[in-house]
Amino acid sequence: MLDDSNAKAMTIIVTKGTLDWAYPPFILATTAAAMGIETTMFFTFYGLQLLKKDLNPRINPLGNASMEMPMAGGHMAMPNIIAAMPGMTALTTNMMKNMLKKKGVASIEELRELAIDADVKMIACQMTMDLFEYKREDMIDGPELGGAASWVDVAAKSDINLYI
Amino acid sequence: MADEVLDAKGMNCPMPILKAKKALKALPTGATLEILATDPGAVKDFEAFCNTTGNELMSSEQDGNVYKFVIKHTG
Repeated sequence: MLDDSNAKAMTIIVTKGTLDWAYPPFILATTAAAMGIETTMFFTFYGLQLLKKDLNPRINPLGNASMEMPMAGGHMAMPNIIAAMPGMTALTTNMMKNMLKKKGVASIEELRELAIDADVKMIACQMTMDLFEYKREDMIDGPELGGAASWVDVAAKSDINLYI
Repeated sequence: MADEVLDAKGMNCPMPILKAKKALKALPTGATLEILATDPGAVKDFEAFCNTTGNELMSSEQDGNVYKFVIKHTG
């Protein structure tokens, strides 16, 4: 068990912002925090989307041959030519959200809120902010802005460092 | 009889653990929390949670589709 004498820390580099990939970092961060591990998330490139006030992670199976959906007792993948049609991102995002809700999986909004409540430290990549021309006010309050050195500083003192 | 009951039925990973942590935090040391869940992954996860946090997993039972855990707040 962990106590003051063997406290552990974890960092997660969050690089993806689609609805599916938004889950692993928030699930692991909230769980680690609940288990007494000091947790830091560093949001860079598309992961930065997950810090937006207007949070809207989406998904499209285009080019993802492993994305099958349970259907009529089996599993079906959407052909790329169909996934490429206009409106498919909205449709598949809706389908995925309905499935997540039906299976009792929390929403990304809820997990992000729980991560903040559990004092998970969040760093937004300043370079990505500049690159994609995001403003500080586009993002939720709380995360601080920093660069690679900010992550390395925390990671060097951490026991678990993940790149997702 | 546990001091408090948490109904986490229908919730999927990681919600039963997060809700349990919140409930334990509000309980005094030595108090017990009963958790009801339907997520089969919770069996292994509550063991792991208690192992790391030092809370005591007093019992872990299954009744049909429902899993029942009793945790003593010692961590």
